[in-house]
Amino acid sequence: MGNVGAKDVPVLLSPEGLRIDGRKVDELRPMKIQVGALHNADGSAFVEWGANKVYAAVYGPREVHPRHLQQNNKAVIQCKYNMAAFSVDERKRPGLDRRSQEISKVIAEAFESVVFAEEYPRTSIDIYIEVVQANAGTRCAGLVAASMALADAGIPMVDLLPAVAVGKVAGKIVLDLKKEEDNFGEADLPMALVPQSGRLVLLQMEGHMTEEELSQALDLGVQGCREIYEKMKQALRDRYALGPIGGSA
Amino acid sequence: MSRGHRPGHRTRGHEGSPSPPPGDRTLVLPGEEIRAQGLKPGPGTYRTGGKVYASVLGLLSPRPPMVQVIPLSGRYIPKPDDVVLGTVTDVQGTFWLLDIGAPRWAPLHMTGTPWQVEIGETDRFLRVGDAVVVQVESLEATGRIGVTMNGEGLGKLEGGTIVRISPARVPRVVGRNGSMIDTIRRHTGAEVVVGQNGRIWVGGTPDAIHRVSEVLRIVEENGQRSGLTERVESYLLATMPTDPKGPEEPAPEHAHRDAPPRTLPPSEPDEVTVEAEDDPPESTETGEP
Repeated sequence: MGNVGAKDVPVLLSPEGLRIDGRKVDELRPMKIQVGALHNADGSAFVEWGANKVYAAVYGPREVHPRHLQQNNKAVIQCKYNMAAFSVDERKRPGLDRRSQEISKVIAEAFESVVFAEEYPRTSIDIYIEVVQANAGTRCAGLVAASMALADAGIPMVDLLPAVAVGKVAGKIVLDLKKEEDNFGEADLPMALVPQSGRLVLLQMEGHMTEEELSQALDLGVQGCREIYEKMKQALRDRYALGPIGGSA
Repeated sequence: MSRGHRPGHRTRGHEGSPSPPPGDRTLVLPGEEIRAQGLKPGPGTYRTGGKVYASVLGLLSPRPPMVQVIPLSGRYIPKPDDVVLGTVTDVQGTFWLLDIGAPRWAPLHMTGTPWQVEIGETDRFLRVGDAVVVQVESLEATGRIGVTMNGEGLGKLEGGTIVRISPARVPRVVGRNGSMIDTIRRHTGAEVVVGQNGRIWVGGTPDAIHRVSEVLRIVEENGQRSGLTERVESYLLATMPTDPKGPEEPAPEHAHRDAPPRTLPPSEPDEVTVEAEDDPPESTETGEP
């Protein structure tokens, strides 16, 4: 981005109430999910969500490395979130940084609360998330991809885990921020929902909101998650179709 | 919520299951509610708030007094007596560790082999990377998997190629009463050893190995769809060698090292593919047009 002066701030919300890319305030970016995108993983998925492109691979349950992390009563869930150096406009220094470590941690913890890890003691379930193109909301895209990969890997869990970010842009609460809205908006609130129980297993916030705006944002986010949940289920049904060869489901 | 409700033990074996009628197969996804009036939650399901949900992606299989979900994907979950293919990942003084595609590595003790192994001499018989056919002998509560190499059709593999497919697809590769695997053998002249863990050894001419690999890829890609037998047969007929002598005799190469007393291909590879017929996903064959 280089030098960002006040003059460069784009118009984030038109007088008609449309956003920078023409979406309504409660409209998601287009999403495409492909299950089983990678060959050597036990389960995998590729998610295109707006201009985000994210791969997820799941390996396991398998032997734990390093061995000292092994738990006698359940599987450990390890997650590595990584952004490719070329995934953003300005080349990102490759490898672990504080941001990716944090995201890895919160995603692993989100899955710990839905995966039935007790079924596979002394093993590890490893989740790898690779962001190849980023445009805000990559942790949510990563969560969705990882969730599909876990289902593809046959891992038992309470439910799939749809995720979306809600934000505050030009004073309005909007669903599914894109890059400009994230950069110049007032707040960003990513969340992940367990549709079966209605619980949130990931909730973070950056920026400021009033209490009233927060509750409005949570409602909007849950609604967005349910919409994404339907797309996730459809992607799995397409992949595991039962109909005749060459036909549809 | 649901954390407290464990979804019973998972799919330790679903043999002897009645095949659901064709057209009655239902795909369920994790978190999907199962309408199971009065049925107990079995493997692949969990109960919370008085309702039953699927915990894995698979086929719904109501079998009173229980309802279960048969997984369509995932790693190999060992069952006693399964014949599996493994590769050696570690060599210790008295045993080898085998990767059989299960959640844990399986120790093969030196007494579980047909060889006279001295302590510390294990690496004279099997080294890291070697491929073997073994049988699951015991499963312990800790998750430890005991395997043996004593038995018909078991031993070290020499030559040939190992193809990996999803363990959930193994019943489709074998077919009803071995129909699919017989078709493959008949049309290619290849020797095929099917491990229940989805690893399949193929021996024979390079052409035969190639065609069998291609068939296995077709099976893998078409999952639980119907019409598979026709698809495979049409592929095999279309790629039939024009040689009037018909399928060539398999000529697997043997690359002996020091003292491997038993080698495969076994004289009766059919022994290796027992008990796949009863697996429910197999019932798909009945649903064909």
